[in-house]
Amino acid sequence: MSSIGTGYDLSASQFSPDGRVFQVEYAQKAVENSGTVVGLRGTDGVVLAVEKLITSKLYEPGTNTRIFNVDTHIGMAVSGLISDARQLVENAKTEASNYRSQYGNNIPLKYLNDRVSMYMHAYTLYSAIRPYGCSVLVSSWDEVDGPSLYMMDPSGVSYGYYGCAVGKAKQAAKTEIEKLKLHDMKIEDLVKEAAKIIYLVHDELKDKQFELELSWIGKNTNGLHQRVPLKVFQDAEKYAKAAMEEDSDSNSEDM
Amino acid sequence: MNFYGGTIHNGFNDSRNSFGGFRGVDDYNFQPDIDRGFITRAHTPLTTVTSVLALSYEGGVVMAADLVGSYGSLMRFKNCPRIMRVNANVVIGASGDYADFQYLQQIIKQKIIEEECLDDGISIKPRALFCWLTRVLYQRRSKFDPLWNTFVIAGLQDGQPYISCVDKLGTGYEDKQVATGFGSHLATPLFREAVENKPLPSKEEAIAVVKKSLEILFYRDARSFDKYLLATVDSNGAVIEEPQLIKPDWSLAALTECP
Amino acid sequence: MFRNQYDSDVTVWSPQGRLHQVEYAMEAVKLGSATIGLKNKTHAVLIALKRATSELSAHQKKIIPIDDHMGITIAGLTADARMLSRFMRTECLNYKYTHSDLLPVGRLIANVGNKMQVCTQRYDRRPYGVGLLVAGYDDLGPHIYQTCPSSNYFDCKAMAIGARSQSARTYLEKTLNSFPDCSLEELVKHGLRALRDTLPNEVELNTKNVSIAFVGKATPFKILNEEETGTYLTLIEGDERRGAGPSDEPPKDPQPSTTEKKDPVPVVSMETE
Repeated sequence: MSSIGTGYDLSASQFSPDGRVFQVEYAQKAVENSGTVVGLRGTDGVVLAVEKLITSKLYEPGTNTRIFNVDTHIGMAVSGLISDARQLVENAKTEASNYRSQYGNNIPLKYLNDRVSMYMHAYTLYSAIRPYGCSVLVSSWDEVDGPSLYMMDPSGVSYGYYGCAVGKAKQAAKTEIEKLKLHDMKIEDLVKEAAKIIYLVHDELKDKQFELELSWIGKNTNGLHQRVPLKVFQDAEKYAKAAMEEDSDSNSEDM
Repeated sequence: MNFYGGTIHNGFNDSRNSFGGFRGVDDYNFQPDIDRGFITRAHTPLTTVTSVLALSYEGGVVMAADLVGSYGSLMRFKNCPRIMRVNANVVIGASGDYADFQYLQQIIKQKIIEEECLDDGISIKPRALFCWLTRVLYQRRSKFDPLWNTFVIAGLQDGQPYISCVDKLGTGYEDKQVATGFGSHLATPLFREAVENKPLPSKEEAIAVVKKSLEILFYRDARSFDKYLLATVDSNGAVIEEPQLIKPDWSLAALTECP
Repeated sequence: MFRNQYDSDVTVWSPQGRLHQVEYAMEAVKLGSATIGLKNKTHAVLIALKRATSELSAHQKKIIPIDDHMGITIAGLTADARMLSRFMRTECLNYKYTHSDLLPVGRLIANVGNKMQVCTQRYDRRPYGVGLLVAGYDDLGPHIYQTCPSSNYFDCKAMAIGARSQSARTYLEKTLNSFPDCSLEELVKHGLRALRDTLPNEVELNTKNVSIAFVGKATPFKILNEEETGTYLTLIEGDERRGAGPSDEPPKDPQPSTTEKKDPVPVVSMETE
């Protein structure tokens, strides 16, 4: 990043001499300061998991959730500036609503992903506006296409994934995801693994408290995106905590 | 020149269309009459549906409406459901123009989806939906372009039975029982008789009165039909039952042959 | 001239992924006098410290009613707060017109948040320089929401914002668990004690500089008059007063009192309340 501070990094509409748009890269930095978000796609559904960092105990539990319903059949988990992300949720909701009013059907995730990432990309083109400071994961499942998962970046780039992670501990989370055999895992197992990854990558020293958020969509939910039921949530949390203890045990043995 | 004597300006290969000839929904809204210096509005419904009946009972409400869509006096469509479940506390029923109902149904559905997506534990109450409908219908009539319907909203308002009605002019009122269309003449007296001594009948009594009214409407209203939907809203939620059939007894009609 | 080269506009990200202009706007909240919101199972209470800009001026209003079921208290730029409160009132009225019902508090706050966000992403705007505490009551019970210039908002059990409000937050955090089950009177007393903790030693709460409001079950939003405020103030008179605690900025000038003579202070255009 040798060109930082040379004056070529103050506008989204300006390239640096070596061909980079620094403002977009800086916006991505904002995402890296935020709680980790994980998306896992299995054979019969998609799970989204969020590490929601809690900054004050005066807040009610469940405030500022980072998983949203875009439509009945689409979930969105966000990392980065939550207020920026809410605009994207609004935009996605509008797209989903317009699609239904025109075609009478649910919007395909592939199409929604295209539209929302185009919208994000537009914010990287002008000097008068700044790029969005958030990355979003979108999930869906239907009988024809099966499960699908996409992740969009502040740059407006988006890809489909089997598993993806973004936020503070994305590297650690990706390493964990790579250990899983996602292409033949059921959604019930995905929930547990997702919870485990969030617990595993959470940095207790730097960020004291966090709330785990879990949502799923798949054959079992009839293609409806929803927060996982309390029982499933508790089981997943139990599994995650057990795995953590095992992990710390083996670590101490090594020492 | 088109059928109306105006010019069609949105052809498939219209060069002004940025979608390379693809026509969006808005392009269908052309109004050729404007070219002739005046506009026309629908002043009669086309495919119509008839009475909606709704009656409150102890702890809930019941609503019923038949399934026929008439084209003039022609019994044209035999499966036109027109009771819609809004949420666990509300159903609405419509009489009048079936297409107008379907249009508004889509809007209400989207409204409900958006509310469900918020997932904040709040769902629209019948009185709020009623008020919203009066605003929509009144606004349309003020543009001289009414939605040709009478809607009945029924459900539980903070746990209490609630029924209201709004017509194509935006006139709305709340009552313990409502019957629209031909039913306002034939079913209302039966409803009033039923609640004369007991303001809130039991669920069974209420359903029996509604079924009897449907039967009488079937005899007397030439736009009615023997297949109908019946919905109830109470502590069990809003339930629309499978279509049911009226078992008519024509022996009461003079000069008809009885089996 | 600038503190760094990335803080000139709201549209500029710093290399660390921060928005300095937004962070500076957050500072405006700390210039306003302290205000507190807290709730029990049935009521939400707002308590605010009022300032008088000069000896000749009255104490400036801190609490703004929005609708029968909602009111706000402000810290930061008063004029910005008036824009937001007008927006909130309009939203409530529109909802009442179309649904003949009260607008759920959480939904209004989400709208306010979205409105405020737009000002943090465009070159031709600046963030709202005001923090709000919103007290409201709806079908889900009482609420205290906090909104920030960053367009973040939080559903709170209790909250304090404004000058030296850290001491109040410390008090609230300590006594938080007793709030849900205490009476409305107790709740107001907690709020007053929390507010008193923000004061420099030589300043006292009185009927002129304190404003109390509450809303709740079958209780439309109400701002208490001086007499009613006085009764609540006498309730905490005997209590032992805690030290001002750690404050997040150096102590401000003491409140202008009516007895001592002071030079008139010029009133700047961006007056803070």
